[in-house]
Amino acid sequence: MAKRIDVSGLTAYYGSHKAIEDISMTVEPRSVTAFIGPSGCGKSTFLRTLNRMHEVTPGGRVEGKVMLDDENLYGSGVDPVSVRRTVGMVFQRPNPFPTMSIFENVAAGLKLNGSYKKSELENVVEKSLKGANLWNEVKDRLNKPGAGLSGGQQQRLCIARAIAVEPAVLLMDEPCSALDPISTLAIEDLIGELKERFTIVIVTHNMQQAARVSDRTAFFNLAGVGQPGKLIEIDETERIFSNPSVQATEDYISGRFG
Amino acid sequence: MKTDIEPTSSAAGSPSKVKTRSTGRAGDKIFLGLSRGSGIALLVIMAAIAAFLTYRAAIAISKDEANFLTTFEWNTGTSPMRFGIAVLAYGTVVSSIIAMVIAVPVAVGIALFISHYAPRRLATPVAYVIDLLAAVPSIVYGLWGALFLVPHLTGLYTWFDDYLGWTGIFSYQGGAARSLFTVGILLAIMILPIVTSVSREVFRQVPKMHEEAALALGATRWEVIRMSVLPFGRSGIISASMLGLGRALGETMAVATVLSPNFLIETSLLDPGGGTFAQNIASRFKEAGNDGRDALISSGLVLFVITLLVNGAARMIIARRKEYSGTAA
Amino acid sequence: MSSNAVVDKGGSRHGSSLQQARLPRWAPYALVVVSLALGAGIGTALGMDSPFQWGLFAALVFIVASYVLGAVVEGGRQARDRLATSLVWVCFLLAVVPLLSLIWETVDRGRTVLDGYFLGHSMEGVQTILPGGGAYHAIIGTLEQVGLAALIAVPIGLLTAIYLVEYGRGKLAKAVTFFVDVMTGIPSIVAGLFILSFWIIILGFSYSGFAGAMALAILMMPIVVRSTEEMLKLVPDELREASLALGVPKWRTILKVVLPTAIGGITTGVMLAVARVAGESAPIVLLVFGATGINNNPFEGAQSSLPYYIYEQWQLGNEASFNRAWAAALVLIAFVMILNLVARGIARWKAPKSGR
Repeated sequence: MAKRIDVSGLTAYYGSHKAIEDISMTVEPRSVTAFIGPSGCGKSTFLRTLNRMHEVTPGGRVEGKVMLDDENLYGSGVDPVSVRRTVGMVFQRPNPFPTMSIFENVAAGLKLNGSYKKSELENVVEKSLKGANLWNEVKDRLNKPGAGLSGGQQQRLCIARAIAVEPAVLLMDEPCSALDPISTLAIEDLIGELKERFTIVIVTHNMQQAARVSDRTAFFNLAGVGQPGKLIEIDETERIFSNPSVQATEDYISGRFG
Repeated sequence: MKTDIEPTSSAAGSPSKVKTRSTGRAGDKIFLGLSRGSGIALLVIMAAIAAFLTYRAAIAISKDEANFLTTFEWNTGTSPMRFGIAVLAYGTVVSSIIAMVIAVPVAVGIALFISHYAPRRLATPVAYVIDLLAAVPSIVYGLWGALFLVPHLTGLYTWFDDYLGWTGIFSYQGGAARSLFTVGILLAIMILPIVTSVSREVFRQVPKMHEEAALALGATRWEVIRMSVLPFGRSGIISASMLGLGRALGETMAVATVLSPNFLIETSLLDPGGGTFAQNIASRFKEAGNDGRDALISSGLVLFVITLLVNGAARMIIARRKEYSGTAA
Repeated sequence: MSSNAVVDKGGSRHGSSLQQARLPRWAPYALVVVSLALGAGIGTALGMDSPFQWGLFAALVFIVASYVLGAVVEGGRQARDRLATSLVWVCFLLAVVPLLSLIWETVDRGRTVLDGYFLGHSMEGVQTILPGGGAYHAIIGTLEQVGLAALIAVPIGLLTAIYLVEYGRGKLAKAVTFFVDVMTGIPSIVAGLFILSFWIIILGFSYSGFAGAMALAILMMPIVVRSTEEMLKLVPDELREASLALGVPKWRTILKVVLPTAIGGITTGVMLAVARVAGESAPIVLLVFGATGINNNPFEGAQSSLPYYIYEQWQLGNEASFNRAWAAALVLIAFVMILNLVARGIARWKAPKSGR
């Protein structure tokens, strides 16, 4: 059920501070789109506008349109709670619920949405853990706390939790920045598998990672401190890294700044 | 003061250097001695409190002709003395339980209100005012309780009597509402600020990422609180409640002004009567002779032990929580 | 692919729209008005005269109505969310009512007799059922007792905190930390009983302001230790190391570098501790015994104090003395609140690092 995201004229604020300005782009379904850019360029903020998490921050405010297939996330009568259920998110630091077991963590989203039979729940938990390449590592200790896993396992647990509710889109906010290289590799492999089923958007600091996992890459930049972040260009990843159409992108990628 | 710095900075010959060090060391020794002495003084005071209370209590109990734990009377003017703490223990425990049952849910509610529900412009002043209210002296609560709360509760108690009188616990014969239940309500109001501010602190420490985890799964605000905030804050709420309980158990003057004491255990919580450890001490002290004072000290010792246990339990929970969150993070 | 089944299942469940039937934004406000009206209606119908009881009914109506409306229009999850929201708001209002009432009553009834005369005169020779008299002797008593208590408790508390933060590592420090916590929980009446048994019964001294001050000091010490400890821990270790590296002895480092850095916070803690014990009446009842006249000497003979004065006037049980009790309560609250506000002001003012 992967869906296309179509953003037009999106501006986001923190109080009176304009964090990102006038962003328009299309994210294709069943593909990985990476956001890159220097710190503070608003790529994470932009990501959080895609599932209405931005407005959770005090003072957070959004103008513009985000179409998910043919529905505007910011249309009147749209419930942010259902938006977040449809657009899943994985965070920078793994955040399994500390008081819940591995099983409960994965089942948490489902349990919110009504009652399930136990067998049904077990089914979904197993499928999601398999989908997150974690099943073999944890199948014998599903009732142990999720916080007892290693960092990389915790992050995959969070991915399992996010995909258990079958979202249309999966947002990942620097999902590997707190992980060691081997765990990072595991997550990157997983992203490659998940894109068969989901629309994936990933924010990353690591340009090699963007090059490895993404089909399309968007480069964000800001004119200066205190200025709003802007989308500079979005294109096929290969083109961005070999022959970008904007000079600033090339400077950033070749390491001349940022 | 100046002499011992100058040689150091000018780095003069070795004799003065040695001298500097030695004065430094002597100063250090004196200062360490003073500060360690203060710490020891604190321990001595604690030990002395336990020792002196036990000593006087032992004298009193040895003169007690009745069973100290089960007797329903307090006659210390007569010889031999007959007194027991049964009524006081009952009154103290019951009024504190009533206070906890009322205060803890409300306090958790207010804490959530401040940390998660109130608009920001309201949350900060409310938190500030709650903190200030923790500073209102207990005697003022007592005065307010006796002159304002008591007359205003008769209506409620009559209503209780109409609908719940059959239980026996909530029957009410009329008259001033100076009962254990009123004490419980007043104590609840008094401990509300402390329970609220400790719980609020805990709720504020809930890592943003746990809340966002729930939000990103499509949880409503209440579901976020149920999934992330309350589990994280549970031990904090428990220890906050214990701290509040410690206050309620030992509260003296507010109870003494509101309660109309007698040395009976009433079936009804709404009818005047009963007593608490602290209230009994304050109310009887002026009329007590030498033996009577010792008898009151013996009841004070029991109160001391109870509050120690309650506070100790609260501290242990807090300490364990620190360990837990330390390893989890 | 093994996960196909899940995809289909999930897809069929939420292929629908993001739109959710929601109550309009003004619904809760409208509901507040309706429930207030209903509450007043039910209250009058049942013959209840107190607006507080009306309010309780209104709250009940609001909670039930918003839950039912939510359940009908928006579904169970949203309804539970609304239920939680309204319960939390009701908790807040429920708590605010008595606390506001307390402040209101004290101010309203206290100001009737509170004037210069009240602050400047004692109860010596005043007929207690008649208006007149004042709380001067009680104010003097409170100031002296609290001052003496601070003189005893602050040095011991400060030094103990310094020991715990700067020196304490071993078993002794652990024991002190533990017992400071224990001491925080001592009921004031127990502290009073201790001084009674030790100072008055065993050593044979008589009732005096000083005896009360000792009990207050016991109550103050743990508060001073705790707050000072917190403040000293905030002083960065780099500062200590910088000073020690210059060859300054440790005790001078503490006196000249650590304490001045933390002085704002320490002052706040001490003032809050003073405010806390200034309201204590239980130990005063046991140890100072109360007096109607002015006694400027805290070491000899009975004194009064503001909390004690309130208790005493309340016990007299007539309108004139009630009024005096309220007035004294107002003075006491004002004193405590001013201490609190100033202390918090200092804390805020000293909070940035520029305070050094």
